[in-house]
Amino acid sequence: MSDVIDRPLLDQEKPAKTRLRIIDCDVHPSLHARSDLNPYLARRWQEHMKTYGDHLLTPYMGTTPYPRSSPLIARRDAWPPTGGPPGSDLDFMRKQYLDPLDVEFGLLQVLDMFIFSQQNLEFGAAIQRAINEWQLAHWTSRDPRLKAAILVGQDGADLAVAEIDRCAKVGQYVQINISPRANEPIGRRRYWPIYARAEELGLPVGIHVGGYGGHAPAGGGWPSYYAEEHQSNAHTMAATLTSLVLEGVPERFPRLKIVFIEGGFGWISSTMWRMDQHFERFRDEVPHLKRRPSEYVREHFWFTTQPIDEPDEARHLRSLIEWVGVDRLLFSSDYPHWDFDDPRFAFKTPLSEAERVKIFNTNARAVYKL
Amino acid sequence: MTRHIVARTSEIPPGGNKVVTLDGRGVVVFHANGEFFALLNRCPHAGAPLDQAACVARLTSPEPGVYQRSRVGELLRCAWHGWEFDMRNGQSWFDPQRVKVRTYPVVIEDGETLAKGPYVAETFQVHVEDNYVIVET
Repeated sequence: MSDVIDRPLLDQEKPAKTRLRIIDCDVHPSLHARSDLNPYLARRWQEHMKTYGDHLLTPYMGTTPYPRSSPLIARRDAWPPTGGPPGSDLDFMRKQYLDPLDVEFGLLQVLDMFIFSQQNLEFGAAIQRAINEWQLAHWTSRDPRLKAAILVGQDGADLAVAEIDRCAKVGQYVQINISPRANEPIGRRRYWPIYARAEELGLPVGIHVGGYGGHAPAGGGWPSYYAEEHQSNAHTMAATLTSLVLEGVPERFPRLKIVFIEGGFGWISSTMWRMDQHFERFRDEVPHLKRRPSEYVREHFWFTTQPIDEPDEARHLRSLIEWVGVDRLLFSSDYPHWDFDDPRFAFKTPLSEAERVKIFNTNARAVYKL
Repeated sequence: MTRHIVARTSEIPPGGNKVVTLDGRGVVVFHANGEFFALLNRCPHAGAPLDQAACVARLTSPEPGVYQRSRVGELLRCAWHGWEFDMRNGQSWFDPQRVKVRTYPVVIEDGETLAKGPYVAETFQVHVEDNYVIVET
């Protein structure tokens, strides 16, 4: 069977002009070099960065704990011809991705510099502030399709709230980003000041996979392989969702919106079913929850689609979408990373036009008020 | 069957490739270990251009700690999700029963032979002293 390459084009594969414009909730810009941040860093922190650098709670330094399948986890064809790492050249990003795929809005997700995981909280706050300024200066002010996030490290909640307030006054940011891997499960009360501020400002909290809070990413300990660590992104997201719901974050902050980014969505329905089952049996242990956990999920949480699951049978992907709910899903590509989902080819199951409009555009437009 | 003269053999270095358009389709011609291979320039998984793929070896391991590389440069590892295909026949290494890249027959002929017959040589002048890569569609 080789007819997969000769089959007729599906609607979503037709040229850009005839397609729905997409809102991509996960686009990764990169620094050329750490020194790019110097204009936004006090001399004191420039010196600190050179002299001491990163201090993380992971057992490896100067690299990610798991070497990736491709350099800088990027598509091999995403290295800009002008030099620099993938995602560092706006013109090339436009030419390779934003223009041909007709992206209406791209939401920036910066992962550089272990930004969420610095154990020196003051240094972390300094580079978070610098990166927040750099997103505006180098990206969103040069291309209005791109939208910045307020990156904060939640382990210094007071510093995080101060940075959120500073950025909110600037007013160019569409969400507040924290990491799912903090020093404690992120539903814990020490992180609630961030959720309170997000709710007051009406900004969604975006939680992108990654970060190194010091705990093994898989529940059973440190994985042996990148393939195993990559798999654990879904486990981390399931634990994060469970922590937020069972600690009562959506109950305590009823207008809070939370977006899970790059966790996929295959695991969500089973997590909800299991939480509901436990809630029925143990509700006297968690009396602060007034409703079934799945009800909180279906009101407060949204999930970006990449990396999309690829079951052998297309109808099984269809079932996963229905179990989570079309209204909860936001398209994301992860450009320029190797596990990029191309909006034309990623959904290998038929979607109705109404469903496509929601997943590729209007759900995100409503969540982020674009 | 149409025979397309797509390149001089000297034009595609070992490990290199050239993308050409034949009958409206992007076709990529690879040069590996002295041979030339032509494939549709599109990964059947998610549409990535295969000219950006890494040309890798077959890596096998008969037992822990022992590794064997063979057919160096003849396997394609797609630039996006890393799906692997055999350059020689387009077969997927991951899912050979269901996935395949379309391949095209390739022959090498010298300019003297080509100059005699009614061949399609749309793109450039054929010189008798050179050798040419011909893709059949």
